[in-house]
Amino acid sequence: MTTTTPSSVGSGLDRVEGLDKVTGRARYAFEYSPRDLAYAVPVQAVVARGEIHAVDVDAVLKCPGVIAAIWYGNAPRLASDDGGELAVLQSPRVAYRGQYIGVVVAETLHDAREAAGLVRVEYAAERHDVELRADHPGLYRPEVVNPDFPADVEQGDPDAALAAAPIVVDAVYSTPAEHNNPMEPHATVAAWDGDGLTLHDSNQGASAVRDTVAALFGMPPANVRVISPHVGGGFGSKGLPHPHVVLAALAAKQVGRPVKLAVTRQQMFAVTGYRTPTIQRVRLGADAGGRLTAIVHEAFEQSSTVKEFAEQTTVPTRMMYAAPARRTTHRLVRLDVPTPSWMRAPGETPGMFALESAMDELAIACGLDPVELRIRNEPETDPESGLPFSSRNLVACLREGARRFGWAGRDPAPGVRRRGRLLVGTGVAASTYPVYRRPSQAGARAEPDGRFTVRIAAADIGTGARTVLTQIAADALRAPVDRVRVEIGDSALPTASLAGGSMGTASWGTAVVRACEALLEELDRRGGDLPVGGVEAGADTTEEIRGQRRFARHAFGAQFAEVGVDVDTGETRVLRLLGVFAAGRIVNPKTARSQLVGGMTMGVSMALLEESVMDREFGDYLNHDLAQYHVAACADVRDIEALWVEEDDPHLNPMGSKGIGEIGIVGTAAAIANAVHHATGVRIRDLPIRLDKLVR
Amino acid sequence: MRPFAYRRATDARAAVAALSEQPNAMYLGGGTNLVDLMRLGVVAPEALVDVTRVASDTVEETAGGGLLIGAGVRNSDLAAHPAVRRRYPMLAQAVLSGASGQIRNMATVGGNLLQRTRCSYFQDVSKPCNKRQPGSGCPAVEGDHRNLAIIGHSAACVATHPSDMAVALAALGTSVHVDGRRGVRQVTMPGLHRLPGDEPDRDTVLDPGDLITAVELPALPFAARSRYRKVRDRASFAFAVVSVAAALDVAGGVVRDCRIAFGGLAHVPWRARLAEEALRGSPATAAEFARAADAELARARPLPGNGFKVPLTRNVLVRTLTELAETP
Repeated sequence: MTTTTPSSVGSGLDRVEGLDKVTGRARYAFEYSPRDLAYAVPVQAVVARGEIHAVDVDAVLKCPGVIAAIWYGNAPRLASDDGGELAVLQSPRVAYRGQYIGVVVAETLHDAREAAGLVRVEYAAERHDVELRADHPGLYRPEVVNPDFPADVEQGDPDAALAAAPIVVDAVYSTPAEHNNPMEPHATVAAWDGDGLTLHDSNQGASAVRDTVAALFGMPPANVRVISPHVGGGFGSKGLPHPHVVLAALAAKQVGRPVKLAVTRQQMFAVTGYRTPTIQRVRLGADAGGRLTAIVHEAFEQSSTVKEFAEQTTVPTRMMYAAPARRTTHRLVRLDVPTPSWMRAPGETPGMFALESAMDELAIACGLDPVELRIRNEPETDPESGLPFSSRNLVACLREGARRFGWAGRDPAPGVRRRGRLLVGTGVAASTYPVYRRPSQAGARAEPDGRFTVRIAAADIGTGARTVLTQIAADALRAPVDRVRVEIGDSALPTASLAGGSMGTASWGTAVVRACEALLEELDRRGGDLPVGGVEAGADTTEEIRGQRRFARHAFGAQFAEVGVDVDTGETRVLRLLGVFAAGRIVNPKTARSQLVGGMTMGVSMALLEESVMDREFGDYLNHDLAQYHVAACADVRDIEALWVEEDDPHLNPMGSKGIGEIGIVGTAAAIANAVHHATGVRIRDLPIRLDKLVR
Repeated sequence: MRPFAYRRATDARAAVAALSEQPNAMYLGGGTNLVDLMRLGVVAPEALVDVTRVASDTVEETAGGGLLIGAGVRNSDLAAHPAVRRRYPMLAQAVLSGASGQIRNMATVGGNLLQRTRCSYFQDVSKPCNKRQPGSGCPAVEGDHRNLAIIGHSAACVATHPSDMAVALAALGTSVHVDGRRGVRQVTMPGLHRLPGDEPDRDTVLDPGDLITAVELPALPFAARSRYRKVRDRASFAFAVVSVAAALDVAGGVVRDCRIAFGGLAHVPWRARLAEEALRGSPATAAEFARAADAELARARPLPGNGFKVPLTRNVLVRTLTELAETP
């Protein structure tokens, strides 16, 4: 049977679960309530470093409704205690303020909360060190930076090249600690049934949570089921299981009842990861024509004492521009701070703020237009590996963006344009993000009623993953989308990679296409003879992805910002922001635009507002709620537009797509900082660009 | 959150009596700040006495040409009231600049005046705070105080009052109607709020059990030429870094009268009497406005992390007065 079906990929299909979400039918982790449920509220350390001597459990057990109070002294031992951050309640040591050091389980959330606040803990507090400095004696070179890049790369002789360069930019930039704040905070409902464990959990990958939790409790992965059909945002903070998942499972095991645990907004600032603060020195050497001869990019960043997480801050600099001599390094210091983790485009986001700010400074030093400077430094092949790019359309993005933004004829003089009491300026920066693909499995089934069911343990964290997989499957099956149902968000489904690294659609989409192809073959083989139970086929993309040809695969973009800075108050508002991206084939223009505009909005937020303030005396992030940790509000988002150029790249995946979840935030802050310089003549190298840095 | 009793009072006397009977009881208005503080464990009242049905929710003309605003008037209704918008634009602007639409729909005039500081340390019960726990210390002096006070603070407390509305009311010399155990009385703004001194746990001059029943705006015809300018990091839904409420009466290029108050600078909405004095009788020029700002700000004692508020306040006052002077 062959029917001609219009291609669904490329069309702006509405979210397939949109109606469920707006009518409240879509259930999130915290909304599952198994029978005989109890509530868990964690107890957090109030010292930043030390050891727990005692917890007065008896006093807590007298509180109304309390079932158990668990700490290191009475907690069940995990099968594996090398989990670092995840070895919850396995040691009396306190590694950072806010660390989970106990949990109270009670009949109601209010009982648990009240009792958790009354828990008396005796500590031996020790002096803590929570301050990242570029001259910290504890700095070291990590073995690798996230996920597995070498910490340092050097090519040519950058010192000699810098010494010989007629034009040199040498500047230090910094980005503060920043916290992911998805609308849905992390939550886990844990229920044991004999040796089996079921978790309703908010995460970016059910398969990964299953494997991690199974290992910690010494069980085969098959004994753990993780169910996560809907997730209200993650941005990386739900990419790896955090301590609350283990704590919920451990508490449920101890009390022999299902346990529900929600991380509060305040707790998120200690226990669910954040973007490390960075200090970055960038040195650029160029000839008089603006051609780079040397790039040196050094990053200093922090991790906790319980886990090494090294943000890959200078990695994008390795492939961004052509320069014969280059050095990129990372130095890490382990402090008594919460453990940093993934936050939208880890590495690229802070790194490209520094690099693209420095490029703007170089353009000024060379007397060149910043768009032209970038075009002149466009490499033929990947500067680090020498590999060809599968496609690279940065120049097209810069040219198209400049045309649409009205860049031509821009007067480069800073601090001279007034609109009423506003100083106005424009800036540009490049965006980039690597194109990854990870092995996944998928199943496809032809149902007897003529419909299809596609199954894969993918995660839709609000991105539209379920929708685009439906489109991809429909095209692969040559069926209309309303005959295809995609099941995701359950570890019982075929194992899938994470919703992270902007690789969801590429990884899952490949597996879905292969499973659908296998199903069509099977149907062909059967000649239309469909048994009562339907027909099923599966695919595993491990071999395909291992065997793919080597290319430098990256998405690119260019962002143009116009800002207004109040001359009296220093208040900076982004008047216009335009992003033009080259990201392969766009699977769904509606959800893609949301992803890109969302990333750019988060970039505006990073540029102007976001900063987690470390309290040196107490050693925690002080501004731990949304009233104090500012993210952009609607009024901060005036005119943001995301567009894309056509890009046909045959070296990617069956869809020809590149990931778009993260590239939108990359370069935004630099475009805005560059615009602020153009507006005011003041170069802000330390984010966020708040009014105290501009008021005179 | 601890269990608490909830009672709905029917009239002011009954409400005052209810609080007198139960020392650890509190009045509940819109609850937009109090409920948060209960959730955070900052306050733990044994009983809440809901006064939203007690306090008037109307705005009435007074015999003296002013307005009597019931303490139960919701912030949204106050900001939208035609007489407020026409005769006291700074008040309408101040209220609209605060919080979000949803919160303004709930928040009452009485509750707005009595909201607590948003100092990070005050709101975090795991840390010391003299305002929350007298004698425990003030970590903000050495810690993070970018958003805190530069004027009128003490070694014990550097908190700021968070209200926008109160800044406009202080500038206008509003009279606050109070019902209490000793009967009915009036307190004139900015006298409702007090500087921290060595008793930072006391935000106001009110006694336990005192209930704000209304605020009375005096007749002030030149307040028709007034405005509220709020400086903030985020374009909406953010507390003021600095704010200015100002009214200007100019005739023949000379300042006849003026009213000025600042937000974000002090433990109280800061009435700038020195600036007002400096301006009366002076030419309405930017140079004179700057001189007036300097007269007030000479008393500022910024902390290491908030010195920027001094030039910021000066700039925003000069700007606001200049715009008022240019307003026909």
